[in-house]
Amino acid sequence: MGVLIVCFFTNISLGSVSIPFKTIFESLIGTTDNYIILHYRLPKAITAILVGSGLGVSGLLMQTLFRNPLAGPFVLGISSGASLGVALVIMGTGFFGGAIASVLISKWSIVIAASLGSFLVLLAVLIVSSKVRDTMAILIIGLMFGSITAAVVSVLSYFSSAEQLQQYIFWGFGSLGNLSWHELLIFFIIYAIGVLLSILSLKALNTLLLGENYARSLGMNIRQSRLIIILATSALAGTITAFAGPIAFIGLAVPHLTRQVFNSSNHKILLPAVLLVGAIIMLICDSIAQLPTSDFTLPINAITSLIGAPVVIWLLVRKRKMVF
Amino acid sequence: MQTKKQHIVLKTKSLSIGYKTKKDYIVVASHINIELQQGTLIGLVGANGIGKSTLLRTLTTVQPKIAGDIYIQEKALNNYTHLELAKTLSLVLTESIASKNLTVYELVALGRQPYTNWVGNLSDHDHSIIENAILLTNINTLKHKKCFELSDGQMQKAMIARALAQDTDIIILDEPTTHLDMYHKAYILKLLRKLAKETNKTILFSSHEIDLAIQLCDAMIVMTKSEVVSGAPIDLISQGTFNSLFPEDLILFDENTGSFRVKNSASF
Repeated sequence: MGVLIVCFFTNISLGSVSIPFKTIFESLIGTTDNYIILHYRLPKAITAILVGSGLGVSGLLMQTLFRNPLAGPFVLGISSGASLGVALVIMGTGFFGGAIASVLISKWSIVIAASLGSFLVLLAVLIVSSKVRDTMAILIIGLMFGSITAAVVSVLSYFSSAEQLQQYIFWGFGSLGNLSWHELLIFFIIYAIGVLLSILSLKALNTLLLGENYARSLGMNIRQSRLIIILATSALAGTITAFAGPIAFIGLAVPHLTRQVFNSSNHKILLPAVLLVGAIIMLICDSIAQLPTSDFTLPINAITSLIGAPVVIWLLVRKRKMVF
Repeated sequence: MQTKKQHIVLKTKSLSIGYKTKKDYIVVASHINIELQQGTLIGLVGANGIGKSTLLRTLTTVQPKIAGDIYIQEKALNNYTHLELAKTLSLVLTESIASKNLTVYELVALGRQPYTNWVGNLSDHDHSIIENAILLTNINTLKHKKCFELSDGQMQKAMIARALAQDTDIIILDEPTTHLDMYHKAYILKLLRKLAKETNKTILFSSHEIDLAIQLCDAMIVMTKSEVVSGAPIDLISQGTFNSLFPEDLILFDENTGSFRVKNSASF
């Protein structure tokens, strides 16, 4: 928790304009009105916390549900579903003519399209996965859905204008900024619903550690629990992808990092830990992405992988054993 | 055998088991009439592919029956909800658990899931039942070890402890002695017998250890190609039931020792 607070303040204090700590503190408690802090850096830091913790939780839910350490929102096609939804809204509007386009491409239509896309793809993966027993097959099916959506996106891109393409590509870089307080509130509400559903699933998640047959013999309603877990994941991953773009890697890596650090599979420990670790990592990645003291901001999507992947590799090599 | 007026916990009436395909039924075994008494250890034996697993899967509602009736505590199995059944019947399966990163205590504690609240918090009562299950299965020293650190025999004991913690009238185990050495096969079956006597639970297991089962079980269910017979091991031996268990070209049942031996004249 202490680490989180330190990261939070560090994140706010870093940026192209250097602002002394005193000003930051004063604007946070409301005595000074610093525009950059209140309308740019603070929303961005909060977004980073929501994005990191939310993606971590959705990755944890998927890994437990599919009993596969390779699972995550990306692998199972949730994010590619969201991408397809967004691509349809940004680029597909060309087909309907300019008048509707300007109405459609609001922040909200992107959010709704991304959520819907991710939910539909996850549902499709789930329906197919109920027919196959092999978990590896489910992952491959998820990758296939990813390929299909990628293909549809390329077809759309082919017919799109340069501005639309650019808009879509910039969305794909991922961005934690640009969220107004109003948007942040909506984001937080859906995030809270996702986390609440995850908390409701704690018992089911722990039971699933034994495998589905044992879970059923313990009186667990598999269908219902599975649906709640999937709703939680799509609410979290879908909204995050909608507001911040397809942030790579966090969903897969944070649960692994957390399991290694806390050495537990109990979700009552893992869930809060993943929330915390996810938030911290995202804040660190964002601080690096801003390239302190320079005017550039790197795409957050590149930074999460550049920083995160070596850390996971280092942990696995050092411990020599994967905890799952 | 003394005539104990025992309580019948599980009963089947002309049960048929098998698989449903799109058009047809594939019946694996039919006319199964068995009665399991409280506080007894029952062994289910039969050749590979005869339908032992199908029978156990049917009794545990993993797969639907084809015809006939199953009663648990004089209530039809179909009328049980998931949760009621979880409080009546616990399982030890052949499949390994999904996460081996649980400690033995956490694993056994998961047996309390049907009784805990929505978030799965354990009460003092739950903890004492878990401790008791751990003591009964002699795994007290392993309590804080992770499951991946255990040997196959230790793991099996932990799984039995988990089933005990579920506090059900019936425990069903699917081939609990596979992968174990001779000593641990005997150990596990002896443990199951002790548990049946001490906790007054009904324990049904399938096994290929016919010799051990004959020595340790109160009753046995023998599945052959033509019929499903049940009874006390001694009675089954005198009826010559075990002779019809396998094709007779290779091994013979010796009624004096209660075990199978290879036929000397056997040739392929």
